[in-house]
Amino acid sequence: MLEEKMVALRRELIEYATHVEGMIDKSITGLMRKDSFVLTEVIEKDEPKANEAEITIEELCTTMIAQYEPKAKDLRTILMVMKMNNDLERVGDHAVNIAECSLFLIERPFLKPLLDIPRMAEEAVGMLKDAIEAFIKEDALLAAMVCERDNIVDNLGQQILRELITFMSADTTTIERSMRLLNIARNLERIGDLSTNISEDVIFMVEGRVIKHHRDQEEG
Amino acid sequence: MMKDHTTARMIKDKAFRVIVFFLACFAMLPLLLILYYITRNGIAVINWEFLTQLPRPVGEAGGGVFNAVIGTGMLIILSSILSIPFGITAGIYLSERSEGKIANIVRLCVVVLQGTPSIVIGIVAYIWVVAPFQGFSAISGGVALSIMMLPVIIKSTEETLKLMPYHLKEASLALGVPYYKTILKVILPTGLSGILTGILLSVARITGETAPLLFTAFGNQFMNWNLFKPIDSLPYRIFYYAMSPYPEWHTFAWGASFILVVVVLGFNLIARGVAIKWKVQF
Amino acid sequence: MESTVLRVNDFSAYFGNNQVLKNINLETSSNLVTALMGPSGCGKTTLIRCVNRMHELIPGTRVTGNMYLKDLDVYAMEPIVLRRKIGMVFQKPNPFPMMSIYDNVIAGYKLNGIRLKKEEFQNIVERSLRGAALWDEVKDSLHRKGTFLSGGQQQRLCIARALSMNPEILLLDEPTSALDPKSTSAIEELIVELKKTVTMLLVTHNIAQAARVSDFTAFIYLGELVEFGPTEKMFTVPKDKRTEEYLTGKFG
Repeated sequence: MLEEKMVALRRELIEYATHVEGMIDKSITGLMRKDSFVLTEVIEKDEPKANEAEITIEELCTTMIAQYEPKAKDLRTILMVMKMNNDLERVGDHAVNIAECSLFLIERPFLKPLLDIPRMAEEAVGMLKDAIEAFIKEDALLAAMVCERDNIVDNLGQQILRELITFMSADTTTIERSMRLLNIARNLERIGDLSTNISEDVIFMVEGRVIKHHRDQEEG
Repeated sequence: MMKDHTTARMIKDKAFRVIVFFLACFAMLPLLLILYYITRNGIAVINWEFLTQLPRPVGEAGGGVFNAVIGTGMLIILSSILSIPFGITAGIYLSERSEGKIANIVRLCVVVLQGTPSIVIGIVAYIWVVAPFQGFSAISGGVALSIMMLPVIIKSTEETLKLMPYHLKEASLALGVPYYKTILKVILPTGLSGILTGILLSVARITGETAPLLFTAFGNQFMNWNLFKPIDSLPYRIFYYAMSPYPEWHTFAWGASFILVVVVLGFNLIARGVAIKWKVQF
Repeated sequence: MESTVLRVNDFSAYFGNNQVLKNINLETSSNLVTALMGPSGCGKTTLIRCVNRMHELIPGTRVTGNMYLKDLDVYAMEPIVLRRKIGMVFQKPNPFPMMSIYDNVIAGYKLNGIRLKKEEFQNIVERSLRGAALWDEVKDSLHRKGTFLSGGQQQRLCIARALSMNPEILLLDEPTSALDPKSTSAIEELIVELKKTVTMLLVTHNIAQAARVSDFTAFIYLGELVEFGPTEKMFTVPKDKRTEEYLTGKFG
């Protein structure tokens, strides 16, 4: 009884994650190709669907806990799924944010050919994809590696910030566009952080080990 | 100090157990003595002639107790046929009704009947069957013995059925089986061991009854297959031979006693075997 | 395709002058499990026994109101006819001790004098034992008496016996109370599996069991139906304060 529901729950979460990954991809692609249609789709169609999925998963987790009194790994899984559910919703919000900023940017000339943004996006989305992969495969090692990569995303963000500061100091007309680009970078940075969160949740689910806030280093 | 008390207690305990053991053995003594004497005196008489021949008239040597053996067998069958149906149905009735005027009256009658002297029952059977039909008969003997079997059968049926757990009835009723069928097809078969034990014990009892037969079956020198005529029986034959002045007949009495004891013992042991082996545990 | 199998309308029951059920209204839908839960003495066992009129075996009982099994008025029928359409499983497993496993499964037919061909009986026995998840364990000893079976197996035999009559509804009166935990979970899984073929009404004093196994739950307290609804909702957001208190262990 519980097993079937667990299988269904995992499937729901994976579908939700895939949907949200798609939202990020579409937002960046829309920016690069200056495709307002795709960007609008993310905002108007994909987001409501994401919100619905979040509610469904939450209700499913609640009733499973109420009805089946899960223990041990089942309990950890359900609790972590709820947290990941939350994190995915925020990732979705960030994707929407990126889409909104992109809609502004594609109306105007680009400051420069976009290189760092797409690279940062690739890295952030990669982290998210691997975190979800770690969940599917219940692979704590893969999850741990995702946490390591947060630096890369942060560094790229710093780089973009420095570059944009240069632009803004040189020419005040670039400020509006720079701010939007900065926003996109921040959103991508947050997506990286959330992917790290998800990975930490996966490790707890698989091994019962808490690694966030560097907890295991203290105990070790 | 404590140690002394403990030792005293242990001695008392041991003494108590030894006394109980000996008293128990002592209680078995009469039975063992009876079996011993009967076997010692009776077994020499048993041979094929004894078992298959009819009694010879006074003066002639030899003979046997074939008619008595057959007669006892027929009386057992007759009294069983008469007592079993009434006994079991009365037992069923009593087990279903724990209170109620009629049930209490029936129970009272059973108790009274059980305590009635067998000779009185014989006289009653005489009045009911022998006098109206103007003759001693196997049937009247069967009637007397069946009256004696009734209390035991009724009691054991009632007790057995009362032990049947309620959930057994529930299972059957929930399947849409009517109440009477539940009793007949489920409860009775399940309680068969107890009921059968009761029947066997009552048979063991009446096999050796003599007094009632004096007024009813009356005994018969000859082989008789006619139920409406007097019929011989082991207890009667024993009585007849034992009261006679002839030594040879005395030995025959021992022989017949031996057969009777073996038969009664046999029924008792079979009853015990049925009780143990066929008992349904809940 | 759901339809109502049992409808209980303004139903009350009395033991002598004592009212044990007060105006119960509920419905059970086909191929679902409806659980009756509540503290001891609340009336849930009385209610389930009123469905197949087994309460009538106790003298002095009286009922008012109606119960409908599909289109049939339960209290206008012959109890015997009614009970053949309803299967019941009791708290203590009660296979017939004098019958073989084979005969136990078809006891409903045999005891009622319903004659069928030998192949038909064999099919019914196999189908029922498979339905009760017992076939593989007993298929080689069908003609032995059922006394060697464990408690959980005996209970599954009783379920097979009830299933063999193709009942409209299966009543389960605390079916796992007398069993060990392993047998209990085996029976619970069986109940979930049986939903595909039969509608069930389950009485349980074990709240967690009602939560795990049922689709709809009725909370009965002091003879009253306090709340009735989908199990998911009742266990997460009960509407009545008394339900909340019962679920969180404040009483019962």
